[in-house]
Amino acid sequence: MEPSTNTQGILIEAVRKVYGEGDTAVEALKEVNMQVMPGEVVGLIGPSGSGKSTLLKSLGAVIEPSAGRMTLGNQVIYDNGWKIKDLRALRRDKIGFVFQAPYLIPFLDVTDNVALLPMLAGKSNKESRQRALELLEALDVAHRAKAMPSELSGGEQQRVAIARALVNRPPVILADEPTAPLDSQRALAVIRILNQMAEQYQTAIIVVTHDEKIIPTFKRIYHIRDGRTHEEAGEGRPFD
Amino acid sequence: MISLAGRDVLHAWGKFVFTGMGLGLLIGVTLTMAGVYRGMVDDAKVLLNNSGADLWVVQQGTLGPYAEPSSLHDDVYRGILSMPGVASAANVTYLTMQVGEGKRDVRTMVVGIVPGGPGEPGYLIAGRQITRSHYEAVVDEKTGFKLGQKIRIRRNDYTVVGLTRRMVSSGGDPMVFIPLKDAQEAQFLKDNDAIINERKRTAANPAFNKPGVLDAVLESQNHNPFVNAVLVQIRPGFTPEQVAEPIRRWKRLQVYSRAQMEDILVAKLIATSAKQIGMFLVILAIVSAAIVAFIIYTLTMGKIREIAVLKLIGTRNRTIAGMIMQQAVGLGLIGFIVGKISATIWAPMFPKYVLLLPDDSLRGFFAVVLICILASIMAIRAALKVDPAEAIGG
Ligand SMILES: Nc1ncnc2c1ncn2[C@@H]1O[C@H](COP(=O)(O)OP(=O)(O)OP(=O)(O)O)[C@@H](O)[C@H]1O
Ligand SMILES: [Mg+2]
Repeated sequence: MEPSTNTQGILIEAVRKVYGEGDTAVEALKEVNMQVMPGEVVGLIGPSGSGKSTLLKSLGAVIEPSAGRMTLGNQVIYDNGWKIKDLRALRRDKIGFVFQAPYLIPFLDVTDNVALLPMLAGKSNKESRQRALELLEALDVAHRAKAMPSELSGGEQQRVAIARALVNRPPVILADEPTAPLDSQRALAVIRILNQMAEQYQTAIIVVTHDEKIIPTFKRIYHIRDGRTHEEAGEGRPFD
Repeated sequence: MISLAGRDVLHAWGKFVFTGMGLGLLIGVTLTMAGVYRGMVDDAKVLLNNSGADLWVVQQGTLGPYAEPSSLHDDVYRGILSMPGVASAANVTYLTMQVGEGKRDVRTMVVGIVPGGPGEPGYLIAGRQITRSHYEAVVDEKTGFKLGQKIRIRRNDYTVVGLTRRMVSSGGDPMVFIPLKDAQEAQFLKDNDAIINERKRTAANPAFNKPGVLDAVLESQNHNPFVNAVLVQIRPGFTPEQVAEPIRRWKRLQVYSRAQMEDILVAKLIATSAKQIGMFLVILAIVSAAIVAFIIYTLTMGKIREIAVLKLIGTRNRTIAGMIMQQAVGLGLIGFIVGKISATIWAPMFPKYVLLLPDDSLRGFFAVVLICILASIMAIRAALKVDPAEAIGG
């Protein structure tokens, strides 16, 4: 995926999500509108139960919205009941995921944790590992390339997870509370890295967070409350 | 692509190897059970082979001499000798009994043979065949008796002059060969009180109260004129059936060929044991499957989060199912190797002959692989149900 084709970033139009049916139905998302440009890191904040995870799951192609339209990169992935067929390949090639916990595969070393994604996409082991090492280098964990995940510090693990999210050069990264377990210095380091990567690879990044340490760094923030989004300018504070 | 299964196994090899060893011992037991059955069949064949007979002549209407008691007069063999196609014929007796050596007591099958005739052990591993018609014995090595030792059968002592190998009864008791005359006597021999009582009873019978008759009757009672079977060797150019047919018709005796005898031993005598062993094999297979299924299921359930992540980042269901199945088969392979080795080590220690056939191992191998694949199905189903959304969490 060349960055230049990522003209749209993320576009979410009037997305709605209802869990369940009848009496027990929960309208988790009422009307969500968002746009994230390539190279941009946007914060998504809101109280518990406001629908943040629901939005990430819809965008991450693991649950299906009830209505609306979603575009990733230059591709419409969902349009009022229509969705693209191969969601698995979509997740593999177009979306990078970063979670609160790194969720590395415990039986693969650092390099292969990252290299697994290009391998799954059909790249040779050699090329996949080469790509993995480049990213580990960029994220300053290349010296731990042969270590097992359990031998890394929390911050190192999170950087490996970011490398994994980036390795297939997806146009979109979805990060769910990526800094929650980190102290403020490490949390800011993660945000810096995400901003660098966004710029370098023209990736559109959404960061869901409660984390007061990093909220001031976003230039743009979406607030979500009762399943509706409101856009807001952030402070855009430097993170170094 | 790297082998996810392989990496996982390397990561948790301790768990794998220990489970594999446990499974291996179970597989070892299974292979041994099959070996016990093969050993029984083989013992039966060796028994028939080493008897050197082509035909077994036994009491009419019996499956003798191994499967049912059979009793023939010891002069019957003369008539058989004169039948067409008969090269040689000799009486033989079989008697299961305890044989003593010093303080030791061994359960054996005592075989009465005519020295030099059919029925004599086919080969010796030490010593010589019986040459005298009294008080010599050739014993199977499994009795534990040594050359030159004196062994006690009933009231007489016998000198061990030769040793054989793999001569056991269909019940697995090692054989002791002694001269026919001695064997007939041993079979018949009564204790002194019984002899005196018998004499009194005979003497009290008025029918024998004539000069000379009582003595003759008493004399005849002291002798056992019965044997269990006549072993026949046939002349070249005759088929077993050609020789057997006239004996059946004219002598009114039951005659079995080698093939029929084998059928009696394997199909009738060993049949119940075979079913018994078959039952064991089924249970062991189920237990092994349960162990593999349980272990693989537990290992998989411990990886639910990783599986959700793998799915989220775009791993195919097929790849995940393959990973679990490969681990199950890997466990089976470790188990099979451990099982094969342990069975090979402990088979010779069994009191009865255990025959491990390469074919059985091969069959066992495929059964293990099949069982492991089936056992992994439960874990695979659980893994495929994992929702990739779980990786994102609440
Ligand atoms: N699978 C589901 N079935 C039914 N209702 C659900 C389901 N998942 C979430 N919900 C409901 O949808 C609403 C939004 O949940 P969601 O998980 O998106 O909130 P959130 O913003 O991520 O909250 P938090 O900050 O606590 O993680 C909640 O009321 C929740 O109870
Ligand atoms: Mg949430």
